[in-house]
Amino acid sequence: MMSIYALAIKSLLNRKLTVLLTVAVISLSVTLLLGVERIRHEARNSFTSTISGTDLIVGARTGRIGLLLSSVFHIGSAENSISWESFEAISSNPQVRWAIPLSLGDSHRGYRVLGTNDDYFNHYLYGRGRSLQLTDGQRFAADDEMVLGSEVAEKLGYKIEDHVVVSHGSGEFSFRDHDENPFTVVGILAPTGTPVDRTLIIDLAGIEKIHADSPLQGSDHDALDVFLKGVDKHDHVNEPEQITAFLLGLKSRGAALGLLRTINTYDKEPLTAAMPGVTLQELWEAIGVAEKALLAVAAFVVVVGLFGLLATLLTSLNERRREMAILRSVGARPHHLFGLMVGEATLVTLSGVAVGVTLLQVLLHVGQPLIASRFGLYIQGVGLNTNQLLLILLISACGALIGFIPGYRVYRFSLADGMTVRI
Amino acid sequence: MSTLTKSGTIKPLPGPVHVDSVKAAETIINITNLQFAWRRDVAPVLDIAQLNIVQSERVFIEGPSGSGKSTLLNLLAGVATPDHGKLKVLGQNLGEMSGAERDRFRADHVGFIFQLFNLIPYLSVVENVTLPCRFSRLRRQKAIQNGLNVAAEAMRLLTHLDMNDPDLLGRPVNELSVGQQQRVAAARALIGSPDLLIADEPTSSLDANLRESFIQLLFDECASRDTTLIFVSHDPSLEKLFGRTVRLTDINRAEKPSIHVLQWGK
Repeated sequence: MMSIYALAIKSLLNRKLTVLLTVAVISLSVTLLLGVERIRHEARNSFTSTISGTDLIVGARTGRIGLLLSSVFHIGSAENSISWESFEAISSNPQVRWAIPLSLGDSHRGYRVLGTNDDYFNHYLYGRGRSLQLTDGQRFAADDEMVLGSEVAEKLGYKIEDHVVVSHGSGEFSFRDHDENPFTVVGILAPTGTPVDRTLIIDLAGIEKIHADSPLQGSDHDALDVFLKGVDKHDHVNEPEQITAFLLGLKSRGAALGLLRTINTYDKEPLTAAMPGVTLQELWEAIGVAEKALLAVAAFVVVVGLFGLLATLLTSLNERRREMAILRSVGARPHHLFGLMVGEATLVTLSGVAVGVTLLQVLLHVGQPLIASRFGLYIQGVGLNTNQLLLILLISACGALIGFIPGYRVYRFSLADGMTVRI
Repeated sequence: MSTLTKSGTIKPLPGPVHVDSVKAAETIINITNLQFAWRRDVAPVLDIAQLNIVQSERVFIEGPSGSGKSTLLNLLAGVATPDHGKLKVLGQNLGEMSGAERDRFRADHVGFIFQLFNLIPYLSVVENVTLPCRFSRLRRQKAIQNGLNVAAEAMRLLTHLDMNDPDLLGRPVNELSVGQQQRVAAARALIGSPDLLIADEPTSSLDANLRESFIQLLFDECASRDTTLIFVSHDPSLEKLFGRTVRLTDINRAEKPSIHVLQWGK
């Protein structure tokens, strides 16, 4: 059969233009399908690995998914804040092992600024229970010190002892800089593949300080602060009035449901508590329909590509009846001609798959920073996952099966035409 | 039969070979009461009482269009099988062989040359010549016995057919002249020394000079390998070159249909 495949290759090379167009259609459809599958898979991985070991997330009264997205994934922003008193009251619950306050709302050149405390470095876990590590420097020890996520340091070229000014809001372009309170970079975190990489971390006291020390006294800055963060600058510095959310680690996972109920019915302030795993599941269910629709569309594009292949092979058949008759006359049996057709279909499909996979890897490699910055999605390295390999096998098998149709027709032609066809 | 003279012209061997004088042991093709119809509900297109061809014989089969030449070739090649009667080629009864056996038999023992456009356009000259060796182990082995390897044997045959110019060999086959294409086709039919060479109107596109020199080359090659040549044509002017002529109009007893309907093969 090797000679049949050699013939198939030469025959395909003889029809370069139509074959190249067919390969292009198949490769683009494969890139689309595998890309959708990859992003779907990576989105789940990325979300799942961002938070680990946290039993509850608590924020102002809002939807659970919104709370999870804004506080942990830094997607969107919290509409309301919660009081420091509530944080202290809940974190002093005997079931609570640790609590991490989170204060969001400021940014630096498009990267989020997170106000928190030392517990963030002590207790925040990602991936499979990995804690944050510093590659350079140390944690912040003063309210004008800052620790950078790995991507922030790398992309903005910051190093230890550089000075950084943070801005109001979370947009890429700032309308209000806190340039009166620059922060000094004292530490840089190791890459985590989570939104932490894209975060500038300062002490809660630093957040309070920049708003308290603002030169814009009076209504403008107060109103902006209250609107954005609910921070009251007139209160004493170093003890925040309000924070955005907090993470809780409990002594026993079994206590999570009870505490969840307690927080959701907290009478001093309307709060929402969410269990990360359950909320993620709700998120998958919410976006599952869209995911399936995307996959279905991508799969249909592949089907269209394979039909293109079928059309190419079938339209060439009549022109090739003489070629088949000649092959028969030199000893090719009908099954050889059948194999030639199936071989051609398989080769075109495999070429399309190979080009498609390569294109996808190049696109992911080149587009990874953009995907991360626009969508907060971290594509981990290159290579193919099991689902993608299964899809590739399926597409290749379908391509070979497509060849059965022209293969059968050629088989019939070869029996009918014998060796005396004159077209 | 005929032989080559020193001047290069073809001299017919004395007298036609009469069927009765052919010894059974030398018979390479034996047809007895053969009937064939493309469909059961139509009249046969071929009805031959007796036809014997012996080894190394060069037979000219002549007949007008519709006389059953192509059908006879399909039967001799084992693409079609007789409805009635006996068709033996090289001692094998083709009617009793399975389709796969007939296919293998054809690949191993039969070489073909057609009228025109009979080369695969995407293969080089040498690849076209060596094509039968891709499908027949026997012919590959015979080709290797004749040369160092299959490609060397192809080059030897091409050289013998005056086709060894590197410029010609490097060209795409569809850029060769008609005469050059026919010589490549002849080399392809002859590689691996098939027992039977069937030439289906191979000279109809050639002018008179080329026609005779091409037939001379065929005779020469067939003689060196004891290959039996069956040369089919509707051109009676070629008859004089062959020692034996079989007129299909004489031996085919089937009534000529007014409309020839082609159906899927059987």
